[in-house]
This record gives sequence, C-alpha cells and structure tokens, in this order.
Amino acid sequence: MKVSNFSKLLKISKTQKRNLITYAIVIAFYLIIQIMDKTGHLSSHMKGLLVPMTYYSIVAVALNLCVGILGELSLGHAGFMCIGAFSSSLFSLYFKESMPAGIRFFIALLIGTAMAALLGFLIGIPVLRLKGDYLAIVTLAFGEIIKNILAAVYFGYDETGIHLSFKSFQIQGEGKMLINGAMGIQGTPNNSNFTIAIVILLLALFIIQNLVNSRDGRAIMSIRDNRIAAESIGINITKYKMLAFTISAAIAGTSGVLFAHNTSTLTASSTYFGYNVSIMILVYVVLGGIGNIRGSVIAASILYILPEMLRGLNSYRMLIYSILLIIIMLVNWAPKAIELRNKYFTILKTKALELRDKCFSKIKRRFAKR
Amino acid sequence: MINFLTYLINGISLGSIYAIIALGYTMVYGIAKMLNFAHGDVIMIGGYLIYTFATTYGMHPLLSILIAIVGCTILGITTEKIAYKPLRNASSNLAVLITAIGVSYFLQNIALLIFGANTKSFSSVVSWKIQLLGGEVIIQGITIVTILTSLVILLLLELFIKFTKSGQAMLAVSEDKGAATLMGINVNRTISLTFAIGSGLAAIAGALLCSAYPTLTPYTGAMPGIKAFVAAVLGGIGSIPGAMIGGLLLGVVEILSKRYISTQLADAIVFGILIIILLVKPTGLLGKNIQEKV
Repeated sequence: MKVSNFSKLLKISKTQKRNLITYAIVIAFYLIIQIMDKTGHLSSHMKGLLVPMTYYSIVAVALNLCVGILGELSLGHAGFMCIGAFSSSLFSLYFKESMPAGIRFFIALLIGTAMAALLGFLIGIPVLRLKGDYLAIVTLAFGEIIKNILAAVYFGYDETGIHLSFKSFQIQGEGKMLINGAMGIQGTPNNSNFTIAIVILLLALFIIQNLVNSRDGRAIMSIRDNRIAAESIGINITKYKMLAFTISAAIAGTSGVLFAHNTSTLTASSTYFGYNVSIMILVYVVLGGIGNIRGSVIAASILYILPEMLRGLNSYRMLIYSILLIIIMLVNWAPKAIELRNKYFTILKTKALELRDKCFSKIKRRFAKR
Repeated sequence: MINFLTYLINGISLGSIYAIIALGYTMVYGIAKMLNFAHGDVIMIGGYLIYTFATTYGMHPLLSILIAIVGCTILGITTEKIAYKPLRNASSNLAVLITAIGVSYFLQNIALLIFGANTKSFSSVVSWKIQLLGGEVIIQGITIVTILTSLVILLLLELFIKFTKSGQAMLAVSEDKGAATLMGINVNRTISLTFAIGSGLAAIAGALLCSAYPTLTPYTGAMPGIKAFVAAVLGGIGSIPGAMIGGLLLGVVEILSKRYISTQLADAIVFGILIIILLVKPTGLLGKNIQEKV
C-alpha cells in the first residue's frame, strides 16, 4: 500500500502527516540512543552531550517560532533561558530536602516556564511596538540586562529574614546563600535526564506545530507576511504578537530549567547566557531553515554534536558556521538568487516536460504501427 | 569632587570613542537602512592590523594606523559588495540583519584563527600626562588625543556632507533612494562610500580604543560596537551631531555608573537607557520623525 493511500485511510491531512513525521524522527532518535546505550556503544562523553543537545533543540524550536513564524528577530532568548534556569534552580535548591525529586522537578519545570513566560510577556509589551532591527537590538539589550542583574545579585535567607542585595553579605546563624553574586547558584540537584528532555522536546514540538496550524497561527503568519494587510482585515496585531512571543519565551525558559538541572554550578556568565548564545541559537534556526520547525531540531542536534565528535574541526567550526550562515541567507533571500533559481527551475521543468512528451509520442507511434 | 572630575573626563574620553563608532553606524543606517552588526568587529580588525604592523613589523605607530584605516576601508567596501548589496531589495529586512550577524561572526572567528585567543597588549603611543589643580587631577594624554580626534572627525564629516558633491549625494540617498537615482546619483557608489567612511572611522576608533584599554582579543569590538549603536539610537539614528551627543552621554553614564553604582550593572544601565529611549522617544534626541506610508 502506498503511503498516500495509507494517510487517506487514516484520514489525516498533509500537515498532520508532516507533524507526525517530526515526532517519529525524534522518537526514533531516542530509541536508537537508548539501544546504543544498553548495548554499551555510547561513551560517557557522548552521554553527557545528550541533554544539552536536546535543550538547545528546544530553544531553537522556540526561537524559530519567533523568527520564522512571527517574523521578528529576537536576540534575547538566552536571557529567557537564564531566567528559567535561575528561577527553577532557586526553587529546587530551597526545597531540596523537603520534597521528593520527581514532584519537585515537575514544579521546577512549571516555575521556570511560568517565570520566562511572565518576563516574555512583560518585555513583549514595550518591545513588540518596535520592528526589525530595533526589536532585535532591544531584545539583545533585555537579554544582557537579565544576565547582568542575575550575575550581580546576592540572595539568601537566614534567621533575620530574606536578603536581596547587590552587595555581598554574611549569613547570620542558620540559613543559606542561594544566589552568590557572580558565583551563581551552587548545588542544584541534577534532575534532568535525556528521557525527560526528549519528552519536553516532543511537547514543545506539539505545542508549536499545533499553534502554527491553527487559526491563531495563521493570524500570526499573516502579520509576518504583511502587517498592514493583516491589520486591515481585523487581526489584532498586538495580541497575536504577544501570544507568539510569550510562548516562545516560555519554551526557552523550559529549556533553561533543563540546563539548570544538568549542571551543579549555575552562573549567569556570557559563555552560557550572553548574546553570543542567542546568536548561536539563531545559527541553528537559520541553518535548519527559517520557519521550518523540524529543521531547527535537526540542525541544532547535528550542529551541537558534530563539533564535539570532530575535535580537530573545533577551531574551524564557528568559521564554517558563519560562512554557511552568510551563503544560506544570500541564496535564499537575495532577489537575484531567487530570480536565477526560478529561471533555472522553469528551464529544467520545460525540458523535462518536452522529454516526457517525446517519449509518449514515440510510444504512441509504436502502438500505432502495430 | 576631584574624583568626580577625573571620572567625568574619563567618561568623555570613552564617550568620544563611542561617538566615532556611532558615526559609522548612524551613517550606514541612515543611507543603507541597515544595522551593520559587524561594525564593531571592523574595529577589532583595525586593532589587530595596527598591532601587527606596529609590534610585529616595528613600523611607526602613525603609519600602522594609516595602514589599518586603508585596510578597514577595503574590508568595509568588500563586505558591503559581497554580503549586503545582493540583499538590498530582499523581501524581508531580517535577511540582511542575519547576514550582518554572520559577517560579525566570520570576522571574529577569522581573527581567532589568525591571531589566537590570547590577549594582545598594546603599548600606548601617547605617554604624556597633564596635571591640573596642583597635581590632584591627572589627565592621560590619550584622553585628550581621543577627545580632540573625535571633535576633528565630527567637524570634517559635517563639512564633507555640507560642501561636497558626494556628501550631498549621501543626504539625497538617505532621504529617497528612488528619487536620488532619478537625479543621476549613483546609489551603489554612494552606499559604498558610506561603508568606506564608516569602516575607516572604525579603524581610528580601534586605535583609540586599544590605546585607552590596551587589551585586544577577537571579541574586543563586539561590546563597544553594540554600545555605540545604543549611542546612535540615543542621539537619533541618521543624525551626525546626534551620534556625537549620544556617544558622549553614554560614555559618561557608563563610567559614572561603574564608579558610583556597580561595575557589573554598568552594562545593564547602558542598555536600560536604550530601552527607555526607544519607548519614550524612538527617534532619539536629534532624530527626525519619519512616517510610514501604506
């Protein structure tokens, strides 16, 4: 039975089929990794890369919602990751002894996501009034502000109460230093593992793919394609922009939770949450295809794993990525390149049609002879 | 009070560097309507060129600065031709922004490959000092050179735009590209010229930045670049005196908040200014209001 007939039998549409394929790829990858793990083909170095690979995939999907579907470039997604990581980490650390790990991590996930969503909403109110370059630079600014504040803050509790300060202080008697300035948060329980990360990735994919194929998603894409036209047919621009931006921020926050619960020392340094990380995620999104959700997952996974596997390539890695980024943008967006591509394809298409007609006419003649 | 005066002068000096970088941003933004994300990295390349010629080949510092200016000018024109020009009429203006980010990444990583991640330390060309108020206020020579250079550049640029044909062509292109073409202005050449001037200024800024803060890494240019963009927005993008005022204000605010509030929060405060400006007066202090036509 052909695939197309099969999908007709199940009464699923083309987009649903495409979505199912995305889930299938993720699940198949998960199973392959599990089998490799059980048969002992996975080095401990590789195992350590699996969770980061997945949370970068998640944040790439989130950024693609913002860049590809909403059509606004955000350079602040590392900041949303940061807020998700810190808020959830604080919770987990505070309730480290008094709660079972499973429930605690689940609540931590909710808290990290909610905090990032709240911040995304608050930042979105001013930011989404801007467009294009300004929006990009302001999201970058917000990301840096979040990172800098979290790197400078001291937060702890003791017998005299809760302390929040930009200056270092001493804990009096019984208590705990939760955020220790530039030293960050130490001792977050390592609760995230590959299975949970994959489940969250699937969930993120489910949310975003369903959003894209819904009435809301089409409204969001209409804003991307022509803001004025969308507004004139009665689409509430602010509402849909906020919706997409908040969801994007929330999912980035979830990936931050996974990040926080995968390291023992969480610091708000530029290496992890600077705008360079946001640009790195943007590279994943662009190389995977802007607006292509599945592409983001694949690109993020491959581009994260590949340089780790090929250590010798590491110094050339970013150089190659940057060249690829420029070339892909030029080929996909330059009006001349598009024109050339269309021309080339039409020539190819007409040639193919001519060839087909020729073959058909030959066959017909042969039949006629008989 | 004496301390405050020293900080203020330091702030003006840093602000002058921001102003020179912001001039490059604001001209390119005004004429090509794009945010040249790689502008900060041209500064870094300029710094490395000066370092190479002055330290490795032992040339006279001024000569090596001249070579760096030429080198950066060529770099600016080349990147514009290869990476930005094909995307000038692209359907989405995200395309050219992402490409500029790609160019920025490319420059950083090529510098990383060629020069390595080690910090290169500059020996300042200007070593004299001025003592004021009976030796209580000490001003470094480089501070004065920086401030004077930026003033001279501002003056020359204003004269260039007001009194030369190319300068007038720039004004025309920034107002209306289509109409400028009809008037017989070569838009491509004007944009190239803008990039050339911007990149040349970046090389000068690189020389001043590396003399004032004598550490050079492949990432040196990125942060000053972004802050200079903040300065350009603060002063009103597209406006040359605006870039100067914005740069000076930003430099003073940064140094003062570093000294009196917190070292770590200084960047956050600078970016906070950008956000406030864009929300309250998106056109900046001296910018013109342009209405969107349907």
